[in-house]
Amino acid sequence: MNARTELEIVSPGAFASIQDDGRRGFRRIGVPWAGVLDRRLMRIANALAGRPEYAPVIECFDGGLHVVAHGGAVKLAVAGDAVVEIDDTGGRRQLAPWRSLTLAAGEALRIRKMDNGRIAMVAVAGLDVPAVMGSTSTYVRAGLGGASGSGRALTTGTRLALAPATDESRGLDRVLAQAPAADTRPIRVVPGPQADHFGTDALATLVSGNYRVSAEADRMGIRLEGARLEHAGAAEIVSDATVPGSIQVPGAGQPIVLLADAQTAGGYPKIATVITADLGRLAALRPGQTLRFAAVTATEGARIARATEAETRALIASIRPLPADGVDLVALYSSNLVDGVVHALGPEYRPLY
Amino acid sequence: MSHRILDAGDAALTIEFGNVIDPALLAAVNALDAAILRLQHGGGLPGVIESMPTFRSLTVFFDPLVTDRDTLLAALQPLIDAVEHCTPTDGRHWQLPVCYEGEAAPDLAEVASTLGIDAAEVVALHSGTEYLVYMLGFLPGFPFMGDLAERLHLPRRSQPRVRVPAGSVAIATGLTAIYPWESPGGWHLLGRCPVPLFDARRASPSLLAAGDKVRFVPVSADEYRALEAGLRRGEIDPMQWCVADASSASEAAA
Repeated sequence: MNARTELEIVSPGAFASIQDDGRRGFRRIGVPWAGVLDRRLMRIANALAGRPEYAPVIECFDGGLHVVAHGGAVKLAVAGDAVVEIDDTGGRRQLAPWRSLTLAAGEALRIRKMDNGRIAMVAVAGLDVPAVMGSTSTYVRAGLGGASGSGRALTTGTRLALAPATDESRGLDRVLAQAPAADTRPIRVVPGPQADHFGTDALATLVSGNYRVSAEADRMGIRLEGARLEHAGAAEIVSDATVPGSIQVPGAGQPIVLLADAQTAGGYPKIATVITADLGRLAALRPGQTLRFAAVTATEGARIARATEAETRALIASIRPLPADGVDLVALYSSNLVDGVVHALGPEYRPLY
Repeated sequence: MSHRILDAGDAALTIEFGNVIDPALLAAVNALDAAILRLQHGGGLPGVIESMPTFRSLTVFFDPLVTDRDTLLAALQPLIDAVEHCTPTDGRHWQLPVCYEGEAAPDLAEVASTLGIDAAEVVALHSGTEYLVYMLGFLPGFPFMGDLAERLHLPRRSQPRVRVPAGSVAIATGLTAIYPWESPGGWHLLGRCPVPLFDARRASPSLLAAGDKVRFVPVSADEYRALEAGLRRGEIDPMQWCVADASSASEAAA
């Protein structure tokens, strides 16, 4: 009898959890979407592993995720500018990300560190996790989703049961034609819904200087440090809905960008909202990194969403079988790696203010 | 009813009826919410993901790859215009047990002394009003309810607690709530309710919904423990505390 094929979490690293595209339809009862912080990375990782684009993945922060295959071969794929290390019969060696690979039983994969950003997605062929309220996404605060359905993040010793290999997952390993170029444009925001609760200069202040990602940055949100945003009156409103990307500003005037796990309603005025297309790369910034904001209209934000979707589709369409001739992907990709500081104004940026 | 359209990024917009807590605003929000849900379920709002009603506004989440702000607003405008002609639907009525004694009520004595009344009077005032569930938020299943008797109005605690136990019944700023989960919190804790407010296994995971009415019924510490044990063992159905359901009755009649 064949042993069950499993993937064991030897270490989750800084933080790792099962996520998919999130849990829709329950914001009205206070349940945030959760889900991956960067949808593009999830879709690329899954496509590389021969999985549906929105299948559950392991989302991990910084380096340290260490997994080992048991019972049979396991096909994995890594999306994100990670330094990947494989421990197999050939010993330890470094591999480029943006590709799939197959671990034999007993072989291990480790994310040594992130070259850029702080989020990597690991797709796992055959990963089968129970959906809770329509999603496998881990939401720790309410004990929803994840490997066992009870909302726990991945911990050392967790064993993920994998479905038997399909033709798709047995196939050749695959690689993205080229690692996505780092996007250093400003983070685009739509002013509102409560921009009128701030002084007349506050929006200009928000889009004119650098903001630094503080140490308080997790799946709920990112607290930023920079020029103070002055309220026109009280720093409180009667609570209304937040959205992923809401930039709320408490009394001290320092903005907080809400992310996938953030509470669904809040009592701080929200000066602006990060557009959906830019939320993933904002979430991936590391504490200490700086960014700039730029203002766009909601209509312009939707145009950018469509353009970004077209880019994602082009990236996924560029996936091809991995050359079997031992091309040095680490060298191939290293030419594309740049530092992660988001500061340059992109060519398509047209200031609103 | 006068309203404003507020942008909430490229994938959501907010219809705001006002900026205060007022049952009349809530009636407008809930009427619009019901109309949007009907149209959405009938396939009339392609690209709409979900809506989120609050005290005074409704936020509609949409997929910017499927629809856009202007198309959506054109579809929503007739519903918004019709809101003032809607009569609010009556939600369900609940009578939830609360223990206002001992360690279940850590702030009761302090609240009573701050207000200059005795603890029994605080309990009588708190349990003597039927509250409206204005909205759910902050935590999954967390009900913001009002309005408190004037005598019980207090600002939040100056020092928020790091850990408020699940089930805590609390008051602040004219509102009352039950914490469904252990969490940090700044409200004054008057008692404990044994009934789980959130259960992902239920078809409708939140016990309460916006528009429901809730009255608290004092129980002793012994009764509280018995109820908690019975609920934990699955011998008690939380629906037993739902004493009237006008919404399902009217649907059955229709």
